[in-house]
Amino acid sequence: MNALANIDYLSSLLQTLSTQNPGDFPKDLLPENNFPWLKQLRTQAIDQAGQFKWPTTRDEEWRFTDISPLSTLTFKPAQPGNSPALADVSPFFIEEANNRLVFVDGFFTPELSNVNHKNQLVVGNLAELATSHSDVIEHHLGQHFKSQKNLFSALNTAFLKDCAVIIAPQNTVITQPVHILYIATQAETTHYPRCLVVGQTNSQATVIEDYIALQKPANSSYITNSVAEFSLAANAQIRHFRIQRENSSAFHLANCAVSLDYASRYQAVSVTLGASISRYNLDIGLRAEAAECIIDGLALISSDQLADTHTCIDHLQPNCVSHQQHKCIADEGAHAVFNGKIIVRPDAQRTDSSQSSRNLLLSNQAKIDAKPQLEIFADDVKCAHGATVGQLDNEEIFYLKSRGIPELTARNLLTYAFGAEILNRISIASLKHTLEQIVLNQTQHH
Amino acid sequence: MISQNSQTILNVQNLHANTQNTEILKGINLTVKSGEIHAIMGLNGSGKSTLAKVLAGHPDYEITQGSIQFDQQDLLALDSEERAQAGVFLAFQYPIEIPGVANSQFLRLAYNTIQSKRGNDELDPLEFDDFVREKMKLLEMNPDFLDRSVNEGFSGGEKKRNEILQMALLEPKLGVLDETDSGLDIDALKIVAKGVNHLSNEHNAMILITHYQRLLDHIVPDYVHVMESGRIIKTGGKELALELEKHGYDWLHDNLQNNAGATA
Ligand SMILES: Nc1ncnc2c1ncn2[C@@H]1O[C@H](COP(=O)(O)OP(=O)(O)OP(=O)(O)O)[C@@H](O)[C@H]1O
Ligand SMILES: [Mg+2]
Repeated sequence: MNALANIDYLSSLLQTLSTQNPGDFPKDLLPENNFPWLKQLRTQAIDQAGQFKWPTTRDEEWRFTDISPLSTLTFKPAQPGNSPALADVSPFFIEEANNRLVFVDGFFTPELSNVNHKNQLVVGNLAELATSHSDVIEHHLGQHFKSQKNLFSALNTAFLKDCAVIIAPQNTVITQPVHILYIATQAETTHYPRCLVVGQTNSQATVIEDYIALQKPANSSYITNSVAEFSLAANAQIRHFRIQRENSSAFHLANCAVSLDYASRYQAVSVTLGASISRYNLDIGLRAEAAECIIDGLALISSDQLADTHTCIDHLQPNCVSHQQHKCIADEGAHAVFNGKIIVRPDAQRTDSSQSSRNLLLSNQAKIDAKPQLEIFADDVKCAHGATVGQLDNEEIFYLKSRGIPELTARNLLTYAFGAEILNRISIASLKHTLEQIVLNQTQHH
Repeated sequence: MISQNSQTILNVQNLHANTQNTEILKGINLTVKSGEIHAIMGLNGSGKSTLAKVLAGHPDYEITQGSIQFDQQDLLALDSEERAQAGVFLAFQYPIEIPGVANSQFLRLAYNTIQSKRGNDELDPLEFDDFVREKMKLLEMNPDFLDRSVNEGFSGGEKKRNEILQMALLEPKLGVLDETDSGLDIDALKIVAKGVNHLSNEHNAMILITHYQRLLDHIVPDYVHVMESGRIIKTGGKELALELEKHGYDWLHDNLQNNAGATA
């Protein structure tokens, strides 16, 4: 009998951390003695992780999402050193991106990356930038999860070995996107991708966060536990396109925190396609007046996939704007979850907020749980929200058929269009095109 | 235009239709021949749009009695897509918006589907683009409408023009225009009317559903029908519309009653 079989995921992970057996623990690229703040961050996170319980469906936040299959896995942390062939990776490159950071199993891989030192953005990995930009990094890294810390973000910090860092210095406006490509290559491991994006005053930047798998054997299981942090200073504008296309055996647990200062603007599109079980928490704090966020999401899943998106938009100050549109398309036996919380604090007068959750069920076995959650404590606010779950619209089908288009073609076209509406918000032509092709292929029934 | 050598395109006999167990059409008789333009008028709720949608094969309506022959086929045996392929076209009173479907993509798909059913060649995106831009010129439409989603955010009048653009592309045998004039400004009305006149020829026919004479000033009908409570209660020439415009529908009632009295 394997004694490990009785140890659950959490305790085995924490054990990994405390024993620090050099054989199965990644080499530290960031000697803690040189970076006391990092040491403190990790130590705190280890403490916190130990205090959280493994979430079950009895927890309100996990009501619809049963992650018990994960708790029996003892996937060790991934090791650095794997480097997939360029030919396998290059199809995922995005031509418009003039900066590309490739992380293999969570570790920066310079030979696949392309950092453009000519433009004014600061782009690199933590090990490289920790010394030269320690003030900015120390100030932001791990600091944006104040309210929404949870087990998985704590574990990510506890295992923090490397991280993508993008800093848009004051007054820099860069239209070309930075592509962060996270590649999972090691079967039965957990990897801990992470990124930190800091938009300083009056800056503008675009970031693509992209999760793919190149596993051998092809569809091996692994766990992604990722964290992204975005900090926008006054008048900064950041666009964030997030693509989750893990393989179909993967588990994807992700947390993203966004903090907005005065009149800054965060625009995001997140597209969820892969993983057996995925959970994405997006927490946005509108922390100063006139900040604005526009967040759109699409989950397109089939087979027995489960995709859960939990968003929380917190209006803390007056005159902020938030617009959100989230769509799920669930086919076969898939299960999509959307929980969209909007908090309007007592000070947040003249908030303008809208949320729309539209969900399409393509089969009788598919399931969608969509839950808008408004917590409004100010009186002078504009909050529009709506949620629908259903099949394709019969009037739309009739309109297309009345033009001679066969029923099946009409249905496929409308299903595609339902998803494409979200993809239209992606301003990067080649990325949009790639995703349109994927969505097109997945929405064509015969 | 009424002609001796014309063919019967549409023959509706004693048509009854229900929706949600309510009878809406209560015995419609209507014959339309090639080259003809028919106008259907009548009060709100009299069943005009229902008739139009029944012709196009809308699934909400159940036919309980009667028959429709279209171009020597039993129209009721055809699904809506087959009707369109056979040459029936309905310009909707309220064209719906289809977010996410590019207008150009939709128009080309419809055009190519119908062309291939007719045994004609399909057009690739570039060829189609040239072709559709020509048609748009006829309707003085801005080509930017090709890149937008179908009808999404179009003004009322722009939607109506987009309907006529579709008709121009699909070249139906029978065009049913349900209140295409409402929502159009005076200039747009003239442009659309010019387009419809341009499309109308001795091989096809049009049914215009309208409330207003001003459309019929530009597209002159051969016949005017008046509907009430699911029936056609009066048919006349183009002068009937002028009379209605002048005297209203009550005049028609008095008139019908007087006639009934006279025959009794
Ligand atoms: N799907 C439906 N469900 C319930 N009632 C319907 C439906 N379709 C039509 N009706 C009813 O049938 C009647 C006729 O409607 P229709 O739309 O055909 O009128 P119309 O003559 O086109 O009127 P308008 O001039 O206002 O466009 C109305 O009373 C309408 O409410
Ligand atoms: Mg009507």
